Amino acid sequence: MYLDLIRIRFLMMLAYRVNYYSGIVIYAVNIGAYFFFWHAIYGDQEAIRGFTLAQMTTYVAVTWMARAFYFNNLDREIANEVRDGSVAIQFIRPYNYLLVKLFQGFGEGLFRLLLFMTPGLVVVCLIFPIELPRDPAVWLLYAVMLVFSFIINAELNLLTGMGAFYIENVDGLLRMKRVFIDLFSGVLVPIALFPGWLAALSEWLPFQAIAYLPSAVFTGRSTGDEALAAIGLQAAWAVVLIIPIMLMWRAARKRLFVQGG
Amino acid sequence: MQPAIEVHELRKTFKVQRNREGLAGALRDLFRREYVEVTAVKDISFTIPQGEICGYIGENGAGKSTTIKMLAGILVPTSGTVRVAGYVPWRERERFVRNIGVVFGQRSQLWWDIGVIESFRLLRKVYRVPMADYRRRLDELVERLQLGDLLNRPVRKLSLGQRMRCELVASLLHNPSILFLDEPTIGLDIVVKTEIREFLIQLNREHGTTILLTTHDLQDIEALCSRVIMLDDGRIIYDGGLDELKTRWSRGREIRLQFGRAVSLERLAQLTADLPGASWQAGEDMTAVLRVPAEVNLSDALARVVGSGVDIRDIKFMETSTDEIVREIYKSGSASGAERLVGAT
Repeated sequence: MYLDLIRIRFLMMLAYRVNYYSGIVIYAVNIGAYFFFWHAIYGDQEAIRGFTLAQMTTYVAVTWMARAFYFNNLDREIANEVRDGSVAIQFIRPYNYLLVKLFQGFGEGLFRLLLFMTPGLVVVCLIFPIELPRDPAVWLLYAVMLVFSFIINAELNLLTGMGAFYIENVDGLLRMKRVFIDLFSGVLVPIALFPGWLAALSEWLPFQAIAYLPSAVFTGRSTGDEALAAIGLQAAWAVVLIIPIMLMWRAARKRLFVQGG
Repeated sequence: MQPAIEVHELRKTFKVQRNREGLAGALRDLFRREYVEVTAVKDISFTIPQGEICGYIGENGAGKSTTIKMLAGILVPTSGTVRVAGYVPWRERERFVRNIGVVFGQRSQLWWDIGVIESFRLLRKVYRVPMADYRRRLDELVERLQLGDLLNRPVRKLSLGQRMRCELVASLLHNPSILFLDEPTIGLDIVVKTEIREFLIQLNREHGTTILLTTHDLQDIEALCSRVIMLDDGRIIYDGGLDELKTRWSRGREIRLQFGRAVSLERLAQLTADLPGASWQAGEDMTAVLRVPAEVNLSDALARVVGSGVDIRDIKFMETSTDEIVREIYKSGSASGAERLVGAT
């Protein structure tokens, strides 16, 4: 059944083609902007904190492509469903609402991975000087890490989305979360370039597990044991985050108050 | 036989945010919110046996939808007990909801962007309905509700009437023993309303499906329900047969008489002077209306008028409509009215 939810979401994404095309443009513009941005910063320098320009470009491209896969609007969807009361419909079905959301998000992610990320990466490789890893093991590691990225990001989305059960308007919270994730996950700036204390702080947050760790493995900054440790850390976060979700969910059920009759 | 729905001392209280007035109030709200407790359903009890069609009526905000949502496992009650189809709805929700169907007139349970048939297919998976059963049920429902050519259209392109019929199919694909309908005919034209009513009656007769419906359209109630539960401000103010509600609350009967020659009102009043509570009112074109309370025998009243030799051209009997009765009850809504009704059950 959950597989069918993935399929349905896939179909729904296909139904809105304009969203799809505009998404491609947004990502292309973002990657392009960051490419020129870093190009300007590097100037004549060979490397900044061990990042060469080629590595940086690859990092930017790969991170944004990964973001296309793990990024979703589950938080907003949940918040909207709670706010307009359509969450009631979800409760008359014999399934777990959160799991359903998770799988819907996965359907969306798969759609973007296949129709968005893969062709996008090809185009980006043609335009920008990007070094892809040659070792198939790295690709495999990266694939596993991407799945964890998706899970951790989705878990954070579920948590913030459930905020709608407690607060009438969660827009601010959701926006804050998005900025946090983009900053602390290393999408905007690799964590290796953070000042010491901020880098130390982000090591204790779940956000870096979403983007920085997988990209570090993919670009060859983390290898061997370090890469395995990164996966372990991702797995740990994926498991740990289940606890607050469960607690919050149980409390939310009792608080639910269906708006609009 | 175990009843389909058992409700005992059911209560639901919501905490509602109160917004303080003015800028100062808004600023204070930023730091410390004030909440008001609102009790939507106040300790109600009722039992619905299997196979009954029961109407659940009341004004907006009386607590109908809240009750339905508790019965369907969507909301968790504040206190009291609920057993539906042998389950405590909110506690064993995922297993419980396989036994019920729910239609919200104001919300769609179909997936908005995909074809209707895709929604049905997905629901089959969600409820794990075996393929053969699904085929048979879908064919039956599609034929009866005449959905044939709608199945491939996306839901957002359906008219309200078409959508409602699809919603009904969606809620019945897993063959539930209990069906909850929350304002199923809201906004529909009379043709579709009639179609849906007929369908529900047939469903109840053939499958023994228990149906609980909330509505504002009393014709739904008259066409479908043998029993009515009336709610006012979270409390049950009437629970019983529709006929009983009518006799108890109608202000008697009215007889409109058309005379051949002008007759004075005094003369008429004289004729029925010995009948307690009978009254006359003059109308246009030599007509008059005689009001007779329920206690008075109708033939007695008529005999007095007809036997007197006045020239009568036409006689019309008029019954108070359910609409009027219910409007009357809502309007009074007072404790005395409520007591009178509760006393009646």
